[in-house]
Amino acid sequence: MRTILAVDDSPSIRQMVAFTLKGAGYEVFEANDGQDGLDKARARKADLVLTDQNMPRMDGITLIQSLRKLPEYGKTPILVLTTESSDEMKAKGRAAGATGWLVKPFDPKRLIDVVRKVIG
Amino acid sequence: MLQNTAQKSPADAAGAAKQANEFLTFRLGKEEYGIEILKVQEIRGWEQPTSIANAPHFIKGVINLRGTIVPIVDMRIKFNLGEASYDTFTVVIILNVMGRIVGMVVDSVSDVITLMGEQIRNSPNFSSSFDTQYITGLGTVDERMLILVDIEKLMSGSDMALMESARLQ
Amino acid sequence: MSNDAAEDNFDLTQFHGVFFDEAAEHLDGMEALLLDIDVAAADEEQLNAIFRAAHSIKGGAATFAFKDITELTHEMETVFDRVRKGQMPLSKPLVDVFLASGDMLKSMLTARKEGGEGVDEEPVRALCLRLRAFLEPDEAPVAVLAPMPDQAPVAAGERSTAPAPVAAPARQLPSKRILEIVFGPFDKKFPRESVESVVADLKDFGKVEEVIAPAKVKAPAKANGKTTSVKKAPLKSAPVKLPRERRFRIVTEVTVSDLVDAISFMADPDRVTVTCIEEMAPTLLVPAQVAPESPVPVSAAFEPVAPVTESMEKVAEPDGSAPQAQSGFEENGFGLFVDPQTLPANQPVPEKAQASEEKVVNIKTAKPAASTDSTSIRVSVEKVDQLINLVGELVITQAMLAQTASVADPVLYESLFNGLAQLQRNTRDLQESAMSIRMMPMSFAFSRFPRVVRDVAAKLGKEVELNTIGEGTELDKGLIERIVDPLTHLVRNSLDHGLEPPEERVEKGKVRHGTITLRAYHQGGAIVIEVSDDGRGLRREKILGKARERGMDVSDSMSDQEVWSLIFEAGFSTAETVTDVSGRGVGMDVVRRNIQEMGGRVEIDSAPDVGTRISIKLPLTLAILDGMSVRVGSEIFILPLNAISESLQPRAEALNSIAGCGQVVTVRGEHVPVLSLADLYGIRGEKQRYEEGILVILEAEGGKTALFVDDLVGQHQVVIKSLESNYKKVAGISGATIMGDGRVAMIIDVAHIVGMAHSRLDKAA
Repeated sequence: MRTILAVDDSPSIRQMVAFTLKGAGYEVFEANDGQDGLDKARARKADLVLTDQNMPRMDGITLIQSLRKLPEYGKTPILVLTTESSDEMKAKGRAAGATGWLVKPFDPKRLIDVVRKVIG
Repeated sequence: MLQNTAQKSPADAAGAAKQANEFLTFRLGKEEYGIEILKVQEIRGWEQPTSIANAPHFIKGVINLRGTIVPIVDMRIKFNLGEASYDTFTVVIILNVMGRIVGMVVDSVSDVITLMGEQIRNSPNFSSSFDTQYITGLGTVDERMLILVDIEKLMSGSDMALMESARLQ
Repeated sequence: MSNDAAEDNFDLTQFHGVFFDEAAEHLDGMEALLLDIDVAAADEEQLNAIFRAAHSIKGGAATFAFKDITELTHEMETVFDRVRKGQMPLSKPLVDVFLASGDMLKSMLTARKEGGEGVDEEPVRALCLRLRAFLEPDEAPVAVLAPMPDQAPVAAGERSTAPAPVAAPARQLPSKRILEIVFGPFDKKFPRESVESVVADLKDFGKVEEVIAPAKVKAPAKANGKTTSVKKAPLKSAPVKLPRERRFRIVTEVTVSDLVDAISFMADPDRVTVTCIEEMAPTLLVPAQVAPESPVPVSAAFEPVAPVTESMEKVAEPDGSAPQAQSGFEENGFGLFVDPQTLPANQPVPEKAQASEEKVVNIKTAKPAASTDSTSIRVSVEKVDQLINLVGELVITQAMLAQTASVADPVLYESLFNGLAQLQRNTRDLQESAMSIRMMPMSFAFSRFPRVVRDVAAKLGKEVELNTIGEGTELDKGLIERIVDPLTHLVRNSLDHGLEPPEERVEKGKVRHGTITLRAYHQGGAIVIEVSDDGRGLRREKILGKARERGMDVSDSMSDQEVWSLIFEAGFSTAETVTDVSGRGVGMDVVRRNIQEMGGRVEIDSAPDVGTRISIKLPLTLAILDGMSVRVGSEIFILPLNAISESLQPRAEALNSIAGCGQVVTVRGEHVPVLSLADLYGIRGEKQRYEEGILVILEAEGGKTALFVDDLVGQHQVVIKSLESNYKKVAGISGATIMGDGRVAMIIDVAHIVGMAHSRLDKAA
């Protein structure tokens, strides 16, 4: 089973993402901010990381940068889930090593579609 | 007040005429009493309670009942009945009344009996150690006479000194 | 895209509860920050936190399609984004609008929670307008029209890490446009054929055709709007070389930037350029964040604001037909801007916004935000209590095991002892954790007062400073919830009756602004919560006069304490004018009753023109206490460790008798009254003479007292159990606990004992 780490400071979004992806047959574990996400990612390898951008303690971009420094996350797909769909943010995301974007809000179906595209 | 109680009881009894009620019976002095089994949580042996400062002499103190602090009332002292000695045969009935847990020391526990409605009589003028306002009726089983007690009312009464007086208002 | 039947039936309502809790927490946090913030010198972190609160609520609201909430938070976010970036000053009016918006959001959330459709639209709209009015007219985040065909190329990015192609239209717009996509140059890493698979995926977005004749591409420097580049200035931005390339055109609803995003998943973005060839219909693009750094999809991030303005003027005449957006977000975003009734196409008129303010206030009072439990996990208190009881049992069992094992030979049973030691540590930790579940800091109760004080003071025309002390003091959750109302009454009362108007204060030689202090601290197994003011204080004669008027039985010989407590009598009010702030004297008796119901008591101290202090003392029915166990005869008592200053075995010469009040012991020159615990509690102690036993010096508010006991037994962390749940309050006892042997021990109320000793001393003196 493919494992997905969902990082978001909003519990409702987190629950929604987890619920949706679990329903689609993925295993999901959650983290509530970038720092937590990094810790959780270190403790357990995810096949895909979905992260919010704007979070307390550590934002999504920093998380991506940190993850990319870890050998085991060098090639792991990372999608940024964010309302910040500006070009600059996208550029930053890309520069940090994100795999792709998903603009919030998204409906569950779209989330699954995207995740399927990325990790099958 | 007495009138009210007297009128209420037969009504209750009548309502329950066809209904069987279970009572736990216990002895205090020469009299045998019955209390609704539903008010009884358990029966325990005696253990030395921790005394409470400035409590009336019939409140022996508090015990630890699985983590809950439970006051123990000795009915024999309260009603000047029997001998207030404490040994391995001393019985404590743990009651659950008004959402509170209270332990009550009696001489002995007899048994649990079922009384049909018709076995219960009204007892407006019956005199016993308890004030008549706490007595709901008299039960008869074979040759035995049971004094049926409204234990909830008795335990929450102000002369029991078990509860904050504010609670009674 | 794949589309399983099961996936169509997503019921998002199941997440609403979490969202409501979360939003309420954000709102509370935001309100606290807004009240705390220094308008002149705001802390960046605070600004970010406020922004994040609005941002997070918006994200959730949009996801769950709460359109009105999304609209309002969107406006808030937009305004505050500028503030936090220093593009707009923070001002008091802005804080006010934010507070009002917060209230409105609470009402909206409550309405949603109760299953309603939301609140009246009008006041929401008014708030949105007020918020928008803060943006400079030419910067207002009105829908951005982007009608100009873009001709600048877009370098899609530097590298692609996407392991698989993804075509996710991040944003879809209802109108269509023709985009040109240029792939190339090709090489081994990016073979010409690989374009085919990309193009195949692009078909998700619209009709794709290959263009055979190369089109001319302008440099990005001259781009004025519609071009999106994934990478920005610092990144390589040289125009793509065109010799070996393939060119496609797509008729699509997605924007350039979205297409770039999509392609980025599939191909090396450096080899792909996307350009808008033709905008097929005027399109209202509603940016999610309109702040210059995030103007979606217009690439104005590094451009002056002017171009945005320019395009906005064109928006001034939208076609009025609100396009049907596909995603919930678009829909939400749109609703705000394009509904012609909602929004006059032009800038909001400030007067109108002002006029609407009244309504907002009315709404606020009509629909007070329901207090929300700000917990993330809902567990019934019963379950927690059950857990706590079980842990309590475990602790006792552990203590019994330890006692039983203590007779064994530690050398022979070393591993047993090691295990027991570990068990003890674990059970203690477990107990502490379990207990802490119910404990919450007083800040949960205090946090609402800045707002209360601010609002009430404004209403009364008073200047007030609020201090809160001891916010970290923990109290049982149930008690915290119940203390809020009485505290509110008291604070309002202080504001209304206690504090003088500024002029009166100045006349009296006081500082203009009054001070109200909320303070919480632990004292002898209880928590004390004080509300004090530096106002006019209570007037003895006035209260007595009023009491006589009311036919109460009073006399001039009553002590101050007795006189003060008269204000807690039902129907007693000394205010000359009845105000709508503290009501008609219905408050104080209710306050006292509420507190008594919680097993607490209220005390008043007051001095004319100095102020009034009302202390609420609540029992800690549920807490762990660090205690010292002492023995008197066969009984064990617990003394709170924090009340013990020392213990000593006195020498005879240190003890002196004072006529009428027993003895005092001299400890380092200080005379401390001695009380015998055995005498106090009517039990027989083993030691009769003070020199034979131990004197424990207790310290509480009011002084020191030496308590005579037979022995010190040891230190324990004990669970405070209520005597009141099955019995009643006992003077001098603050609670009970269960010792290692399963027996009950009483916890001494030190404050009571010290008070007793000193009143005895006073009488003797």
